[in-house]
Amino acid sequence: MESEPLFKPGHTACAGCGQALAARLVIDAAGSNTIVVNNTGCLEVFSTTYPESAWNVPWIHSLFENAAAVASGVEAALIYLGKKDTTNVIAQAGDGGTADIGLQALSGMWERGHDILYVCYDNEAYENTGIQRSGLTPYGANTTTTPPGAKSIGNICYKKPMPEIANAHGIPYVATASCGFPQDVQRKVKKAISIKGPKYIQIHVPCPLGWRHETELTYQIARLAVETGLYPLIEYENGKLAAVRKIAQPKPVEEYLKAQGRFKHLLNNPEQIKQIQEIADNNIQKYNLKG
Amino acid sequence: MKEFLEGSRAVAEIIKLCKPGVISAYPITPQTHIVEELAHMVADGELNAQFVNVESEHSAASVVLGAVATGVRAFTATSSQGLLYMAEVLFNISGLRLPLVMTCANRAISAPINIWNDQQDSVSLRDAGWIQLYAENIQEAADLHLVGYRLSEDKSIMLPVMVCMDGFILTHGMETVDIPQQEEVDKFLPPYKPLYKLDPAQPLTFGLLADPDYYLETRFAIQETFKDVLKMLPKINEEFKNHFGRDYKDGLVEEYFTRDAEKVIVAMGSVCGTIKEVVDAQRAKGKKAGLLKIISYRPFPYAKVYDALKDVPRVAVLDKAVSPGAYAPLAIEVKATFSGKKKAPKVVSSFVAGLGGRDITPESVKEIFSKLTQKEVSLEFIDLKPELLKEEYGE
Repeated sequence: MESEPLFKPGHTACAGCGQALAARLVIDAAGSNTIVVNNTGCLEVFSTTYPESAWNVPWIHSLFENAAAVASGVEAALIYLGKKDTTNVIAQAGDGGTADIGLQALSGMWERGHDILYVCYDNEAYENTGIQRSGLTPYGANTTTTPPGAKSIGNICYKKPMPEIANAHGIPYVATASCGFPQDVQRKVKKAISIKGPKYIQIHVPCPLGWRHETELTYQIARLAVETGLYPLIEYENGKLAAVRKIAQPKPVEEYLKAQGRFKHLLNNPEQIKQIQEIADNNIQKYNLKG
Repeated sequence: MKEFLEGSRAVAEIIKLCKPGVISAYPITPQTHIVEELAHMVADGELNAQFVNVESEHSAASVVLGAVATGVRAFTATSSQGLLYMAEVLFNISGLRLPLVMTCANRAISAPINIWNDQQDSVSLRDAGWIQLYAENIQEAADLHLVGYRLSEDKSIMLPVMVCMDGFILTHGMETVDIPQQEEVDKFLPPYKPLYKLDPAQPLTFGLLADPDYYLETRFAIQETFKDVLKMLPKINEEFKNHFGRDYKDGLVEEYFTRDAEKVIVAMGSVCGTIKEVVDAQRAKGKKAGLLKIISYRPFPYAKVYDALKDVPRVAVLDKAVSPGAYAPLAIEVKATFSGKKKAPKVVSSFVAGLGGRDITPESVKEIFSKLTQKEVSLEFIDLKPELLKEEYGE
């Protein structure tokens, strides 16, 4: 850790914000020789309201969907200047900025092979604009654009498989992480920046406001997502599954769901809970998480 | 050295001499030849630059944004749909006060899809905070890029420049062009020394959220800087003349037989060459015709236009773009020039021509002069085919 924090306190994130926690972990692990390119979103808003900035590294925000492309330009400029080998480039965004509106630019960045670490802070909805559904909103969740009702159980789509989409580009390192496992986040960031080429890390970050849970439960809820099998922590190197975080005794998904208002409408619906349990079970089987 | 070159090649040669460190582009007709030439130069080792082939114009503009923010001179080029797709990023670049030069190879906007020339693309982006300079011929197109980098990177300006050249007419046409020597260019355009950049040694935050307490002043600052551009362009063009011998005067407008003229056409871009021919022919017959060529559309040089036209009785404005439901874009500016002024032309008539590549011939220009009577024309399309307007739809 640096003596002076690279992501300083005093920003305006909500109490219990998982993204603020993860963002600090990421930049502290990457170190001060890092240029950060940030998409529009909560993180940009709460950390850089003029005339204040929480960032103690060079940092730029351009638009909602172009961090991967702006970072590509930063990286190309560093190569031209002969400074790439001594400077890390991180592009970072929320889940909407990554999996939806920013996916084209991100695909371009991956395919061209830029030496950039892309970090997606996955809080599973457009929290900044008021909790609308994104491509990474989980099945069943109540968001302001997928409200449950007489004819709706909430969000009927499954999370877009971003790690697999990343892998399909043939990039050298892809991982998921969770702010409930801080040391694991930092280990993965350090590993990623030690590898040349495009890297993708997707970090699960609870949002007390959008998920409607108590602010002191962020850490526990993030861990429950992993411990139920709903958010498997996996690592791919050169397209091959290299490591997973094992779950000794998977917890039932209800434990995760019942702590959050966004799933409250499903708690008396055994059929829906069964369906979500199946998602977890499939993950456990697919990634061999048990053990 | 004088060479017989395609317009795109001439622009690429000039860009090479400007030594950008990062070039990024996405293919769109008729911009492609420019970036293809640059790609060859990079591939052959003649130009030391990172050439980033992107998946869209949005990303092309974003890549050069990132490069300039990191302190490296950059270049991109596009046309038409590509320019519109970039629009969001273009506003962002000027808001971030990043200096950049791009080429817009002017082309019509879809639908219907049409790859040929008019100026609807760049004119539609007049409010993006970019300086917009329009070229009459290939030599001017090449030279405006050099002027553009000097202007854009001036510490008192720090705004991006769009050099607009008519698609096909200038990008694919061939002319004898004077391409300067590297040493001369180096003297005129020193290496880019950023006023601010992304640098771990001195961490700065770019692109912050400005709430209602701060946003308005950022727009005011850009508005004020555009006034400085009106003063800076003549200075840079004076230096340009001393280095390269070509004299673009103030670099804002070109007056062609306007001083004693009874009828003047105001226009931008390659059509000015055609208008000059017609003016010459009219003058030979003793008719007092003239042309006012607008080089700088943004900033719009109101004072220069006023000075040039205040004693001209009849003025026609020729637009290669429209603003549906309003006067044509350039006509709006010319009319606004005389608002509340003591002197003004008796007539400011507005004509639209050449949309989607319809040739503007000397005959079209003559027609405009002949329609420039005592009766003001609110807005008239020239060279319309009446037979195509007869079709009826529905019952």
